[in-house]
Amino acid sequence: MADNKHVDEATGTETVGHEWDGIEELDTPMPRWWLWTFAATIVFAIGYVILYPALPGIAGATEGTLGWTSRGQLASEMAAEQDRRAPVIAALARIPIERLPEDGTLMRAAVEGGRSIFKVACVQCHGAGAAGGEGYPNLNDDDWLWGGDLKAIEYTLIHGIRQPGHDETRMSQMPAFGRDGILDPRAIADVTSYIRLVSGQEPASAAARRGKNVFATNCAVCHGNDAKGNRTFGAPNLTDPIWLYGGSRQAIARTVTNSRYGVMPAWGEKLDPVTIKMLAAYVHSLGGGEDFVAVARDPEIQVDERP
Amino acid sequence: MSDPDPHYPVPPAQRFEPDPEAPVASPEAMTAHHPHEAPREDFEALFAKRKGVFPKAVSGNFRRLKWAIMGITLAIYYATPWLRWDRGPYAPDQAVLVDLAHRRFYMFGIEIWPHEFYYVAGLLVMAGIGLFLVTSAVGRAWCGYACPQTVWTDLFQHVDRLVDGDRNAQRRLALAPWGPRKIAKRALKWGIYLVIAFWTGGAWILYFADAPTLVRDFWSGEAAPVAYMTVAILTATTFILGGFLREQVCIYMCPWPRIQTAMLDEKSLTVTYKHWRGEPRGSVKQAQKHPRAFGDCIDCLQCVAVCPTGIDIREGPQIGCITCALCIDACDSVMDQVGRPRGLIDYVTLDGAEQEQRGEPPTPILKTLLRPRTLVYLGAWSAVGLAMLFALGQRTRIDIAVQKDRNPPYVQMSDGAVRNAYTIKLRNMENRPRRMDVALSGLTGGLIWTDEMGLDRAARAQSVTVPADSVARIRLYAIVPQGRAATQDFAFTVRADDDEGGGDSQDTTFEGPRP
Repeated sequence: MADNKHVDEATGTETVGHEWDGIEELDTPMPRWWLWTFAATIVFAIGYVILYPALPGIAGATEGTLGWTSRGQLASEMAAEQDRRAPVIAALARIPIERLPEDGTLMRAAVEGGRSIFKVACVQCHGAGAAGGEGYPNLNDDDWLWGGDLKAIEYTLIHGIRQPGHDETRMSQMPAFGRDGILDPRAIADVTSYIRLVSGQEPASAAARRGKNVFATNCAVCHGNDAKGNRTFGAPNLTDPIWLYGGSRQAIARTVTNSRYGVMPAWGEKLDPVTIKMLAAYVHSLGGGEDFVAVARDPEIQVDERP
Repeated sequence: MSDPDPHYPVPPAQRFEPDPEAPVASPEAMTAHHPHEAPREDFEALFAKRKGVFPKAVSGNFRRLKWAIMGITLAIYYATPWLRWDRGPYAPDQAVLVDLAHRRFYMFGIEIWPHEFYYVAGLLVMAGIGLFLVTSAVGRAWCGYACPQTVWTDLFQHVDRLVDGDRNAQRRLALAPWGPRKIAKRALKWGIYLVIAFWTGGAWILYFADAPTLVRDFWSGEAAPVAYMTVAILTATTFILGGFLREQVCIYMCPWPRIQTAMLDEKSLTVTYKHWRGEPRGSVKQAQKHPRAFGDCIDCLQCVAVCPTGIDIREGPQIGCITCALCIDACDSVMDQVGRPRGLIDYVTLDGAEQEQRGEPPTPILKTLLRPRTLVYLGAWSAVGLAMLFALGQRTRIDIAVQKDRNPPYVQMSDGAVRNAYTIKLRNMENRPRRMDVALSGLTGGLIWTDEMGLDRAARAQSVTVPADSVARIRLYAIVPQGRAATQDFAFTVRADDDEGGGDSQDTTFEGPRP
C-alpha cells in the first residue's frame, strides 16, 4: 500500500502512499512547537511524579516529596469543618434546651444536626421518617407517652426508658393481668370492649359496661378514670386513635394479658449533651412538639453561662 | 518596494494555466523549490519549523475596518465589567456579571437564574447559526476581523512594528545574533506583550465579580486563589498564543477553518486573486517591453508581505487564509501606483469569478447575499432570537415548587385529624423582598401552618416573606379533621401580596389512612 508515495500536485506536499478510493493522505509535517509541547508534558509528568504519590509498588506507592495524601486532605478538610462548627457547638453547650427557641439560628442548627444524628442512632427503631412502628412510637404526631416538650424529650433521651441499672430512667411496669392471673379471660374481654368503646371503635354494649368496672379497679390508677393516660407512668391515652401496639380487639387483649415493656437506651451514656440537645430539638421539630415557642428570627438573645 | 522576497519562495502557480505562448514571467517563481521534495528520512524532517511571519504595515479601507473592529471589540472586552447598572439595594450594580458564587447571570436589565440557562443555550444557538450565516454570505469574516485570536495577533503585530520596526527591520532583528541591542529590544517587546496579556487575563476575571472590589482585593492579595490562577493562565495563553503562536493557532489548532469547507459555497464571498487577470505575472518594465504579453500582476509580492498568516493568496483559497483582506489593500495601492484598475485581489464569489472570466456582467451583490441559503439561516437565527425575546417577556418572577413528605405519608393525630407535611420552595426572582400568600386550593376543611409557628395559627393561607432574589424553603403542614381525611388531590397556590402581583400554583396530593 505504502509504495505509492508522490508529491501531491495541488499542495506540493508528499503523500503517505496510502490510497482509498482515490482519497490520499498528505504527509504534512508536524509543527515543531508541537514536539516541544509534547516534551513539556513529559517534563510536567516528571515533576508530578516527584511531588505527588505516583509510582505503585508492592506495599504501596511512592510518597512524593510534598507528602500529599487523599487521607490527609480529608483529615484537614474535616478539621476545618470542626473548626467551623465549634462556635455553634459551644453555644449549644451553654444554652439550656428550653431557651433554645429564643435563638433562631442556633435552633435551626440544632435541628439540622439532630437530623443527621437521628439517621445514625434512631432510625433502627423509629424509622427514617421517625414514623415508628408497632412498639416504637411515631415521633411525628402529638401523642407523647412521657411528655413532648423540649425538656421532656431531652430527659427521655438522656435517661432512656426502662434502661436497666439506670436510676433516673423513665420507669413503669404494667402488670400482665392475664398471665399473672389478676384478671380472668372474661374480665379481659370486657375491659377490651370498654377500651374499644372509649376510643370510639365499638358501640356501647353490656360487655363494655362490665368492663368499665374492671377498668376502674385495675387500670384507672395509671391510665386515669377518663382513660386519657398519665405521663408520670408513661401510661398511654386510650381514647385517641393512636395505638403503639395496635387497637384491634386481639391486640388490646394481648396487651392486657401479657403487658408491654418497651425500652429505649439511655443515650446520655453514649452521646454527649450537645448531641442529645440537637436530637431533642429535631424530634421536637417534627410537627408534634409541645409547648411550641415561635422560633426567634434574630439571634440577638444573649445566652448566659449555664445556670 | 517590489524587491523579491527570499523568505517566501513563490510556489508554482499550479492551479492556473498561464498562456504557453507568453514569455516566462519570473523564472524564480516558476522553479521554486519545494521544502519536501527530498524523501524525509531523518527525524528532523518530520517536524516543520515555524516560518517567521513579519507582516508589513499597510493602509487602506480594510485596514481601517480592522482598526475600527479592533477598537470596538477590545473596548467592549476591557470596558464592559466597569459599566454600572442600578438594580437596587439587593443586587449587584455591575452591568454584566457572571456571579458563579450566587449562581446568577446579570446582563443589563436581564437577570438569568440557573434554571433559565436555556437563554444562554439560545444565545449559543444564535451564535452558531450566526456563524453559518456570516460564513455562507461573506466567508471567513469572523476569522479575518472579529476572532479574538485575530484581534490580539493584530495588536501584538503592531507592538512588533512599534518596537522592532516594519517587516524588514523585524526580519533583520530575528536573524541577527543575540547581542545587547537585540536583548533590550526583545525584553521591551515581550514586556509589552506581558502587560497586554496580563491586562487581558485581568479583565476576564472582572466579569465574575464586582470589578472595583476585585481589583482592590487583587492588588492587596485578598482575592480568591482562583482569581490569581485564572489571570496567570490567561496571561500565559495570551502571551503565547498572541505573541508567538499566532497563525499557528489558525492553521493547526482551530477547528473553524475545517468547518469552512462545509459552510462555504460557490456564492460565498471570499478573498480571491483574479488569476485570469493577473497571470502571467510580469514586472512593469517587462510589460512595457512586451505589451499584452502579461497580466496585471507585477509580482511585487506586496500581497504576501502584508499577510498576517504569511500565505500567498495567489495560490488560491487555502486554509491559512483568514480573509482579513489586507492583501486587497496592498494590491489596490500598487495598482493605483502602476495605473492599473483596482481589484486584482478582491472579494469575489466562485460564481462571480466564473462569470467574470466568461465576460458576463456580475450578479448584483444583494442578489448574491440574499439567496435561499442565507435567508434560511437568517430566518432560523431570527426565529430563535424572537422566541427568546418572547420567552423573556413572558417569564414569571414567582414560582412555587411542592414536595410532599413520603416518609411518613401521613401522620395520625390524637384528635383523629390527619396531617401531611410538605416542603415548599418559593422563588422570588425580583430584586426586592416580597410578601407572598401561600394558600390551599381544594382540600376542604384543611388548614396549613409552617414549622415556625404553632398549630394554633393554622389557617387556609399563610403569609411568607421571601427575601430578594432568592428561594425560600418552607416546611408546611396541612391538617384535615377527622372524617374528611381521605386521600385527595389539591393544589398550593402562591400570590404576591403587593401591587405588582403575580403568582403560581402546583398540584399535589394529600394522603390519609386507607379506608
